[in-house]
Amino acid sequence: MTVSNHPEQQPYEGPPDYRVVGRHGMFPETDHDEIERVNFLAQMNRHLSARVVPGVKAAYDNKVAPAFEKANGRPPADRHEARRALLEEPSFRLWSALRRMTMEQRQQAGRWTAIRQREALAQKAAALTEGDPRLQLDPALPIPRYVSAVDHHCMPGSYHAEAFPGDVANGANYDHGNFVTTAGLLGKYADGGGHAVVQWVRRHYPDLAPRRILEIGGTVGHSSLPIALAYPDAEMTIVDLGAPVLRYGLARAKSLGVDNVRFVQASGEDLSMFADESFDWIQTTMFLHELSNAALDNILRETRRLLKPGGIVLHVEQPQYAPEMPLFEQVMRDWDAFYNNEPFWSRMHELDLDQHMVDAGFARENLIHGGVTAVVDKDLFPDAADDETEDFGRKAAWHVIGARV
Amino acid sequence: MSIADALAEAGAKAAGKRPYFLDEDVETVLAITMAAVQELAVARQRIDTLERLLEGKGVLSKAEINGYAPDPCAAIERALSNQEYIARVLRIVQQRNEAHVAQDDIASEAVGNEIGAPAA
Repeated sequence: MTVSNHPEQQPYEGPPDYRVVGRHGMFPETDHDEIERVNFLAQMNRHLSARVVPGVKAAYDNKVAPAFEKANGRPPADRHEARRALLEEPSFRLWSALRRMTMEQRQQAGRWTAIRQREALAQKAAALTEGDPRLQLDPALPIPRYVSAVDHHCMPGSYHAEAFPGDVANGANYDHGNFVTTAGLLGKYADGGGHAVVQWVRRHYPDLAPRRILEIGGTVGHSSLPIALAYPDAEMTIVDLGAPVLRYGLARAKSLGVDNVRFVQASGEDLSMFADESFDWIQTTMFLHELSNAALDNILRETRRLLKPGGIVLHVEQPQYAPEMPLFEQVMRDWDAFYNNEPFWSRMHELDLDQHMVDAGFARENLIHGGVTAVVDKDLFPDAADDETEDFGRKAAWHVIGARV
Repeated sequence: MSIADALAEAGAKAAGKRPYFLDEDVETVLAITMAAVQELAVARQRIDTLERLLEGKGVLSKAEINGYAPDPCAAIERALSNQEYIARVLRIVQQRNEAHVAQDDIASEAVGNEIGAPAA
């Protein structure tokens, strides 16, 4: 179950009021109506997953799948056939239209808040980061096709576009609007994924004492800061392609008092700025699905090269498609690939990741598999482990695949 | 000019061709409706905020709001206000219905062709 802001009040299941989110020094100002827009959109997403999707599933089970079988003499062979059949079903189309426009409304709401104050946000970020060697930008870095072709999750300008030098608006939009998509499941600083990873690593690798940690594709540091805080003797490096998220990320970290971090603009495919065996721990969190086949393999090889002996690499992702996963669930999980600008999502989630890890140089017997759910302040935020609603592909419950060398 | 920038850019299209799940016109109208639904939710929350703040300051109580009984004049003004509001919102329905009974209705373009035709 999920919780309200005041558990002693009447029973309530759903996202908490947005005012419980943590306000670090870079967080954009939000007035009353901007906050209520976020509250509405989080409730919309919950309504769609809790109250509309069950009807779509009933239509699939009772109507779409039997009709397909009658017409073809066999059930749908895979999620693609099932999706094409569902596209003929009005309830699937209506849910899809509503889900898409809720995402667009979320982007519009977040961008309004970030853009209207983007000069002030840039000044705040500059005041916190100017001259700080822990921010290393590379304006010449090319943005690869798998990021530039379509804007991931309908976020205009993605992680990298900027309106002027020093702009952090796309970082601010990504950060403060995160609450909508996950309906609060990622916790106070959208960092429930990072806390979950820390808890999991401490349980499974209690002796790990990392000195140098790398997160690839870490954006504003949502998942990285809990790791940096949990291992204060380590130096945490966050790389990402986007300058706005990196500027915002370092400023955010400093305002939260996290100092053992640095933010570096680089592609995970080419981390030649770091020598072989530079890191004890390499992390990615909800990152692999925003790559390409070639980039994935390049990044896996880079992680192998960069790990010290005894080091670990962990990738946190939504679960892979497996034959035992019902086709309806596969279609719902695949939705973002086709309709929410996550072009690699579908193919990535059908890969044999173990084989790709082995091909990148990891020993099969040293591969790591596990599962985590977001770790949040349960007095204020819903707990993904207990939440029975299923917003396919977005629930804060992930698989871990990795390796030790 | 951040507000001007926000006006121009907040609703920007994301790179990538947009899928339409319904008839494009129907989905466009639904998107406008859902944005209006969002703004109504925001307005309702703002009213609730005002009520709670006024209650907190002892200006009025929730019970007063819930127990409010308009006097006969106010009741009529409020009822008329509701009727006006509904008629405003459902204008298109009224116009479609009037079209069903309109005699010899003609499009402006056709009238233009008729009255603008070169004199014989």
